[in-house]
Amino acid sequence: MTLTLTPFVLLSAFLFAVGVACLLTKRNAIGLLMGVELVLNAANLNLVAAARFWPDFRLEGQAFAVLVIVLAAAEAAVALAIFLHLYNTHGTVNVDEADDLRA
Amino acid sequence: MAGVLFAIVAGLTAASAVGVLVHRGVVRSALSLLFTLVGVALCYFLLGAEFLGAAQLIVYVGGTLVLVAFGGMLTEAGPFAGPRVPAVGWVVGGSIALGLFALLAGATLHLAEPPATPDGPLPGVAVLGLGFLGVTASPGDRAFLFPFEVVSVHLLVVLVGAAYLARAKGKPRDLGAKS
Repeated sequence: MTLTLTPFVLLSAFLFAVGVACLLTKRNAIGLLMGVELVLNAANLNLVAAARFWPDFRLEGQAFAVLVIVLAAAEAAVALAIFLHLYNTHGTVNVDEADDLRA
Repeated sequence: MAGVLFAIVAGLTAASAVGVLVHRGVVRSALSLLFTLVGVALCYFLLGAEFLGAAQLIVYVGGTLVLVAFGGMLTEAGPFAGPRVPAVGWVVGGSIALGLFALLAGATLHLAEPPATPDGPLPGVAVLGLGFLGVTASPGDRAFLFPFEVVSVHLLVVLVGAAYLARAKGKPRDLGAKS
């Protein structure tokens, strides 16, 4: 049995859905960050699977995946800095309580 | 053989992703996320993208996950507690996620298979690195110098911004008073 594109895309869709569910249900800011990581990993898995199985995408898929990994690391760093700042000023990382800008 | 291996890896990845979702504590979620990220890295290895699998292990498992774990430790009241999710949140979030998954899975099953799966291994790290430097190994390839530069400057800006945001301000809290 050889591998095909469809199982990888299905796994990626599942990871994406779980990530979105994480984003919708978790109220802890760090939990939200983990949901974003899941979504980004799902996108990356799609890119690499397309690079493997689609002839015109062999180099591009890998290059975009590398860029996504770098951007995800940068996003995690800046998001954690914001959450630490939030914790220092508000004493909580519950995103429902961070509503200072609400009119 | 590869199919069996993929089934095992995909099961591990999907199960630990659900673990990230259902655990309330940050530490347990982070532990589940570890297995998800390792599973995705194993998928990259199965797909023949060794460099990406290694990069996934180094950057995500070694860097981002440690960052998340430290964030959890520095902000959480207790390691295994967390805000309780109301039932309506589970219903709304779960139904939206289920609908999304059904939509994507349906689209996937109608997806056209690639015309002909190429046999050779994926372009290795040498071709990839040259592409990021703007050098094309063969005439048909594309170069990625501009995105590479954009990402480089972006990383610099993000590091400066993160250091500025997370800097210590005022008097440090008296850690001895807590215990």
